[in-house]
Amino acid sequence: MVAYIVRRLLLAVLTVWAISVLSFIIIHLPPGDYVTSYIASMSASGSAVSEGEANALREQLGLDKPITIQYAKWMGLMLQGNFGMAMEWGRPVADVIGDRLTLTMVISVAAIIFTWALALPIGIYSAVYRYSFLDYVFTFVGFIGLAIPGFLLALIVMYVGFAWFGANVGGLFSPDFVEAPWSMAKVWDLTKHLPIPAIVLGVAGTAQLIRIMRSNLLDELRKPYVMTARARGLPEYRVIMRYPVRVALNPFVSTIGYLLPYVVSGSIIVSLVLSLPTVGPLLLKALIAQDMFLAGTIVLLLGVMTVIGTFISDLLLMWIDPRIRLGRQ
Amino acid sequence: MTAANAVAPETGFLAEDRIAVATQWQLMWWRFRKHKLAVGGTIVLVAFYLVALFADFFAYVDPTESDAQRSLMAPQTIHWIDDGRFRPYVYALKGTRDPLTFKRVYVPDTSTKIPVRFFGRGEPYELLGFIPTDRHLIAVEGAKASESLFLMGTDTQGRDLWSRLMYATRTSMTIGLVSVALSLVLGVVLGGVSGYFGGVIDTVIQRIIEILRSIPTIPLWMGLAAAVPSDWGVVKVYFAITIIISLIGWTELARVVRGRFISLKEEDFVMAAELVGCSKTRIIFRHMVPSFLSHIIAATTLAIPAIIISETSLSFLGLGLRPPAISWGVLLQDAQNIQALVISPWLLIPSLAVIIAVLAFNFMGDGIRDAADPYL
Repeated sequence: MVAYIVRRLLLAVLTVWAISVLSFIIIHLPPGDYVTSYIASMSASGSAVSEGEANALREQLGLDKPITIQYAKWMGLMLQGNFGMAMEWGRPVADVIGDRLTLTMVISVAAIIFTWALALPIGIYSAVYRYSFLDYVFTFVGFIGLAIPGFLLALIVMYVGFAWFGANVGGLFSPDFVEAPWSMAKVWDLTKHLPIPAIVLGVAGTAQLIRIMRSNLLDELRKPYVMTARARGLPEYRVIMRYPVRVALNPFVSTIGYLLPYVVSGSIIVSLVLSLPTVGPLLLKALIAQDMFLAGTIVLLLGVMTVIGTFISDLLLMWIDPRIRLGRQ
Repeated sequence: MTAANAVAPETGFLAEDRIAVATQWQLMWWRFRKHKLAVGGTIVLVAFYLVALFADFFAYVDPTESDAQRSLMAPQTIHWIDDGRFRPYVYALKGTRDPLTFKRVYVPDTSTKIPVRFFGRGEPYELLGFIPTDRHLIAVEGAKASESLFLMGTDTQGRDLWSRLMYATRTSMTIGLVSVALSLVLGVVLGGVSGYFGGVIDTVIQRIIEILRSIPTIPLWMGLAAAVPSDWGVVKVYFAITIIISLIGWTELARVVRGRFISLKEEDFVMAAELVGCSKTRIIFRHMVPSFLSHIIAATTLAIPAIIISETSLSFLGLGLRPPAISWGVLLQDAQNIQALVISPWLLIPSLAVIIAVLAFNFMGDGIRDAADPYL
């Protein structure tokens, strides 16, 4: 068990390191260094940056040193929680990102809960009543769900809401609450707005999970122990729910590690269409304005959050699955 | 005794005989044929690639020709029957401004019929890049196609959506192929090395794959794509985007290849080849690769739709291919504004192409996978 946790933890640390390198590459890809583009964008918005300030900034980021030292300095700043300034906003990156990062995770987790809540019963139904009318319906809907990119589904939902109901279904808060400080009422407002983004984000994953659950359970149902249980006269409900479903659930749980990055990824684009206040629109703006420092930080933080989420799900998996807990792979 | 009589009682035996001597590929083909959805998907894909190959034949006007006088026209209806005979025609359209809303409105002029002809003459172009011709799938007589024919309406700049969609199909369908080819090289080499040699190399490559799979890919793509210099030409951006997409997309292919390598390594025929003294290259390429080629083809087919979706998403955000390049994602950029979309819903038509293509690839890939390995 300890070996398992250590192994997972090591992998998580390695992943965070890989993400940090990739983010650093993104920051350094465009021509010119960060300070030059910082000065350019500052003078474009009217405020000048003095020679001394520029030099101090270069010094702080170590831009005159070799790339490895620059990376080390940057990582040092990141670890201290000093994410630098967001050019376009003229505010520290941490201020700009804070709430949005939390909301990104809230939406992603909501989408995963939706995915689970739907995929589990449908998957069981489709396997038990294989080739029934509803099974075909679910298979068909699942295929469509897989084929529609998230942003397209978001567009369609927006279009339907706008054209048929005359309502703007985008956003995460009612107009009254957008600027309001956090309160119970605001949280409730958020809860009311969550379902649409969660569904839009969750559909593709749900379609995949239904197929996985269906085929896993089908494999289990063919096994002799199920026949034994039936022969013993157990009620059908117990025959299915007690053993085969539990076994079939395992690979299902482990996919959560891949589901989270996938959903977080999708949330970026879906947020843009549904105008959700997540890091998605911020990232796109930063990239278009070539504010690579902000963009790189967002990619890094998103990645780290995802790794933490995956690690937590690994721990959950261990808690659910005795085979892992007891040290067998 | 007639020939028919002689064969009839033996049919069952003959069929079995055929299976016994059939090659692996024949068996696969017979199984694939039974999979109706997969066959349907394949037919659709052939049609899509025909469009990609002969985009300039299927389009009837230059996809970049814009005219503010023709912006946001609704799709036109073709009237098929004229005077009780099959003679398709369209009415000429007159653009006026609504005095109240200042919106451009287009009224059909029912006094002017413009005949529509299949395989008629239109703008000259070079088929496949070297056969000069002016035949198009659809053409009009007695008028310029760019001024009278709008099968799917026009976009904000008055460019014909049908013709743009044909060219977009060329870009989006080929980007899938090129990108998957690159992923395939990475996936087969790394997955093969990982599976065949095992040990430390295997562990390292597996960890790399695991790490890549636990990173949210879209932000990463966006970051890399945004770094593509804005002064690059269409072709250069096309290849840059292709490379970016394939760099992250190879992991699934590598996983499949590795799995096959590991399961084949233990087979008797591989050991036999080793004992006979075959070189490693010969064992891999002469004995192992042919026996899992079909699996690679299936995995590759299933990887293409994901690539098409990635390209479309990136271009939709304005970070992938940029105008003047035309792809499904670029066309859908026009649909970003919901208000505009409600007024002119035909801007969403390109999304149908995306969905149909992705579905078709999924069906075909599933069919190939089932045909390649009935026990899976």
